[in-house]
Amino acid sequence: MKRDDWNKLGWGGALIGVAALLPLTGDGYLISLGVTIAMYTVLATSWALFSGPTHYISLATAAFFGVGTYVTGSGLDYMSYWLLLPLAGVIGGVLAALVGLATLRLSGVYFVIFTLGLAEMTRQAVTWYQNQTGHKGTYVLTDFTDQDIYWQLLVLAALVFLTGWAIGRSRLGFALRVIGDDEDVARHVGINTAMSKVALFVVSGSVAAIVGAIIAPRYVYIEPSTAFTPMLSFQVVIMALLGGTGRLWGPLVGVIPFTLLWEAISSSFPNQTTLLLGLSFLVIVYFLPGGFVGLYDRLKGRAVKRSALA
Amino acid sequence: MDILITGLILGGTYALIALGLNLQYGVSRIMNLANGEMLVIGAFTAFILFTTAQVSPLLTIFIVAPLAYVLNWIIYQVMLRPLVKRAKNRGMLEQDAILTTFGLSFVMVGIMLWAFGGDYFSYSYLARPVVILGDNFGFNRVVAFGCAVLLCAALYLWLNVSRAGMAIRAVAVSPENARLVGIDVPKLSARAFALGGAVTAVGGAVISTFLTLDASTGVIFTMKALIIVIMGGVGDVRGTILAALVLGVGETLVASLIDPGLTLVAAYALFILILLFRPQGFFGRRSS
Repeated sequence: MKRDDWNKLGWGGALIGVAALLPLTGDGYLISLGVTIAMYTVLATSWALFSGPTHYISLATAAFFGVGTYVTGSGLDYMSYWLLLPLAGVIGGVLAALVGLATLRLSGVYFVIFTLGLAEMTRQAVTWYQNQTGHKGTYVLTDFTDQDIYWQLLVLAALVFLTGWAIGRSRLGFALRVIGDDEDVARHVGINTAMSKVALFVVSGSVAAIVGAIIAPRYVYIEPSTAFTPMLSFQVVIMALLGGTGRLWGPLVGVIPFTLLWEAISSSFPNQTTLLLGLSFLVIVYFLPGGFVGLYDRLKGRAVKRSALA
Repeated sequence: MDILITGLILGGTYALIALGLNLQYGVSRIMNLANGEMLVIGAFTAFILFTTAQVSPLLTIFIVAPLAYVLNWIIYQVMLRPLVKRAKNRGMLEQDAILTTFGLSFVMVGIMLWAFGGDYFSYSYLARPVVILGDNFGFNRVVAFGCAVLLCAALYLWLNVSRAGMAIRAVAVSPENARLVGIDVPKLSARAFALGGAVTAVGGAVISTFLTLDASTGVIFTMKALIIVIMGGVGDVRGTILAALVLGVGETLVASLIDPGLTLVAAYALFILILLFRPQGFFGRRSS
């Protein structure tokens, strides 16, 4: 570890520490907003761990998230909540591995299409199962408040950032960057491209499931249509791309403004959220390829060039 | 038997929609995820013309097709052409195209929700039973199937016999080499994209005679069309038609024997089988 690394760790730790103080304000609205932001931060960052280097757009977040909420929802009667979180992670990971093994050996398009319908398909399957067994929704009754959920998400965020940082330094992270640049080259230098992609997809799927499991108590009552909302996958993609997937902290920069914008639009024009989502996609493709991180890098590059000329 | 015929009829209309997508993906290399919205626009037009002016949906086709052609041509030239130019390789183009067409599809849904609201819309056209092999079927479904068969056949012939069709197939096989024999690839890509959109919109007008739709159902059709295109093989008309029929029958089987809520699960089961055993499509050759 170099000095620079210690610096980064220190800054990251300090920021998380400051964020952890938010509930002390005692402002209910602020804390609830904090939960939303923390949730999207974890989801978008773990999404970018996989999709950033590989450029494969995963739309499966909602599926993993929904599975996670159901693990808490249906498991709470049988075991401790704290055992359910890792269990959700394992189930999410297994699901991701199955999806990855079926699609990631092939070209990226198959993967996108497959993940696009995964949440909807799981929803249909869960609904069908519930109809067979004769109950509609599930109550999730715990004594957690928003504040507890917020702190749990923050711990998870710290873990995700640490994992991302460790992966970035590892052989796996390097292999993924090569795959993202040119998959043929990666294969020729002896990287097992399919397995590397599946490994990272498992990480991102299992984190999304844990987030679902943590959030479930907030919903109190869950049913398939709330747990598996396809919109969630798209929001996560937009936030991560808006921030930029080139850096570990990129998605965070996208999550905060987009969450605020989303809250504002959905409270005053609830019917226009779809339009907003669409326009954001277009803005990112045409004006902000690479997101805020890309913009920052370009501006910095220009400044460096200018000072070199002067 | 009942299931088989219902499935085939459903599959016939799926074939039309998927052919549109296949033209766009196979020739223009644009994975158009706004394809389902084009279908809904076609269906909306048929609905409005029928309820306000009593225009038969079968005549609406002739209005929908040119309008959709122009609309898609403009979309290609204004929004997608710059991405094709910007892309350094196929992977980058695919990622950009996916994001852009997603954005486009959400914008279209947003505009339709804003203009027409989120209600389901359906109208009653030729809703009387006909008897085929001793079972009753909706006449509108049979007519829709007939339309789909005619259009698919016309498209297939046109692609295989005419000179323009040959040029389009050449671009589908290899854009680089098509350029060498004097084919204007950008122009043809735009036309194929526009044609694909028109075919899908016509499919929407046809499907609206017997299905109930709303502004946001587009994505379900996009999903199914994508699965069909992959099952049949990219750029392969025969494969697409066969895959559409397989999906139609498979869905109807699951819907009538297990539960109507599981149609997407059925489509996915087929999709997984194809991915595991024949990722190159029904008639495709395994690439080395």
